[in-house]
Amino acid sequence: MQKFQINKEYKDIAWQGLWKNNPGLVQLLGLCPLLAVTNTITNALGLGLATLLVLIGSNITVSAVRQWVPKEIRIPIFVLIIAAFVTCVQLLMNAFTYGLYKSLGIFLPLIVTNCAIIGRAEAYASKNPVKQSAFDGLMMGTGFTLVLVVLGSIREILGQGTLFDGANLLLGEWATVLKIEVYHLDSQFLLAILPPGAFIAMGFIIALKNVIDDKIAQRQPKTENKSIERVRVNFDAQ
Amino acid sequence: MAFWIASSPHNHTQNETSALMRLVIYATIPGIFAQWYFFGWGNLIHITLAIITAIVAEFTVLSLRDSPSQQHTIKKQIFDGSAVLTAVLIGISLPALAPWWISVIGAIFAIVVVKQLYGGLGYNLFNPAMAAYVMLLISFPLEMTSWQPPLELMNFDLGFTNSVYVIFTGFTTEGFSLEQLRVNIDGFTMATPLDTLKTNLTVGLTVGESMNEPVIGEHFGIGWEWINAAFLLGGLFLLAKKAIHWSIPFSFLASLFLCSLIAFFISPDSNASTMFHWFNGACMLGAFFILTDPVSGATSVKGRIVFGALAGILVFIIRKFGGYPDAVAFSVLLCNMAGPLIDQYTRPRTYGHQVKNKS
Repeated sequence: MQKFQINKEYKDIAWQGLWKNNPGLVQLLGLCPLLAVTNTITNALGLGLATLLVLIGSNITVSAVRQWVPKEIRIPIFVLIIAAFVTCVQLLMNAFTYGLYKSLGIFLPLIVTNCAIIGRAEAYASKNPVKQSAFDGLMMGTGFTLVLVVLGSIREILGQGTLFDGANLLLGEWATVLKIEVYHLDSQFLLAILPPGAFIAMGFIIALKNVIDDKIAQRQPKTENKSIERVRVNFDAQ
Repeated sequence: MAFWIASSPHNHTQNETSALMRLVIYATIPGIFAQWYFFGWGNLIHITLAIITAIVAEFTVLSLRDSPSQQHTIKKQIFDGSAVLTAVLIGISLPALAPWWISVIGAIFAIVVVKQLYGGLGYNLFNPAMAAYVMLLISFPLEMTSWQPPLELMNFDLGFTNSVYVIFTGFTTEGFSLEQLRVNIDGFTMATPLDTLKTNLTVGLTVGESMNEPVIGEHFGIGWEWINAAFLLGGLFLLAKKAIHWSIPFSFLASLFLCSLIAFFISPDSNASTMFHWFNGACMLGAFFILTDPVSGATSVKGRIVFGALAGILVFIIRKFGGYPDAVAFSVLLCNMAGPLIDQYTRPRTYGHQVKNKS
């Protein structure tokens, strides 16, 4: 019974992070990097992975020190912790994926100010044990990365007609073979590459998610009333 | 004997959206005819393409949105003429020999994103045709600035078949590309009069010297002056039919006239004449057909005068200082954004209420 409940809790965290409370699609947090650097899949994946690493690290640390952090100054402490992790990731990327580091530019250090990360630290990690917090960070980060990758692939296909262009910047030299030319464009569709295209594409993705949610809600009628729902106050309170 | 009792008003106007839209479409005919006369079949082909695409896009979105029980309203909304008018305006404003997918993408963007996603007819914040034009201009700068010279300056005989070939394949039947078509006898690529003037000013020529360019001709631009005159004619027809109010065209043209007059007095060598501004680019089309859009403009008379004047100032500023040669589409979008604010501050006094005491 105990084990079943724990399983359910982890399942719930995963569901919240990947779909129901997705930081990109539902909370709409961290939109600045989300819209700015997703012009190719490679950029999107790079930034998504960096965010994912920072999110896991900061969630674990915040959760581990949550007993000793005074409530009044918790935000500066969280920011310092996040900044430390961002610096680590930035230095690592500078060392191992220099091309990607150059193309992400200012948006890599700007992960410090990404509300998605401090939001998870404040809303979840500062109130929950280390293991759950780490899992929450993993799921939220994965959800964020998925949105980035979807947006990046849409914009790359529409804008340049390619997929995985420049994947060698992230994955090493062998990855140049990954580049797929979906169709050939004589002239790029600049709107998809420029920021306004990101806003429009993001709007379409959110609309699509709402449509799917509506369809799911229509498909399961009334049986939900019988089961007892666990209310997670902290998700709604943020 | 029982009388049918109804509350006032008892006299209704029978005007419908479709009648108004049809009237505006008819009023564009002189301008389209002038375009056909001076620039060939290109714009007509683009108008046809845009109309077909717009109707398909409109039908798709409407049938996604409305339930099957509303089939008759879908039919009514498709044929109310608003989508067709948007498509006609897009087709008019494109370069005549742009590739076919330009007008298709433009019409889809105008109908699906700018019009229907904002809620359909009557809810759109921006003028769909101009928003689509700006989207195309920003996305495909090369295709959208490849203006074809007037037919009388071209070295090639560009008939209907050749226009179709250039639009759909990029080459004429003899294998000339659009770039070759645009080259004059002396080997210079020709542009629009506004473009020519802008380029000449940057290389240090005066306005007076630019007026000798072949593309400008005797007055303000071969073809362009007559196209604008034809749109002016269509606009006056709309005014006579009371389809549009005089306020926006009047204040737009007056403010453009005033701005260019002041600039001309300050420095006649670096500023084109007032009539050059009036009879070039999309000036008359914008004044009578685009700015007067009842949905995205201001509503009260005072508000419309402010709206038109703002558009005129913006057109002048962007034409003079901006990076693009023509400015009507950009200033229309900027004014659309300012529209709600203008309405807020020019609210008319309600009948029977006094203006708030100023003391």
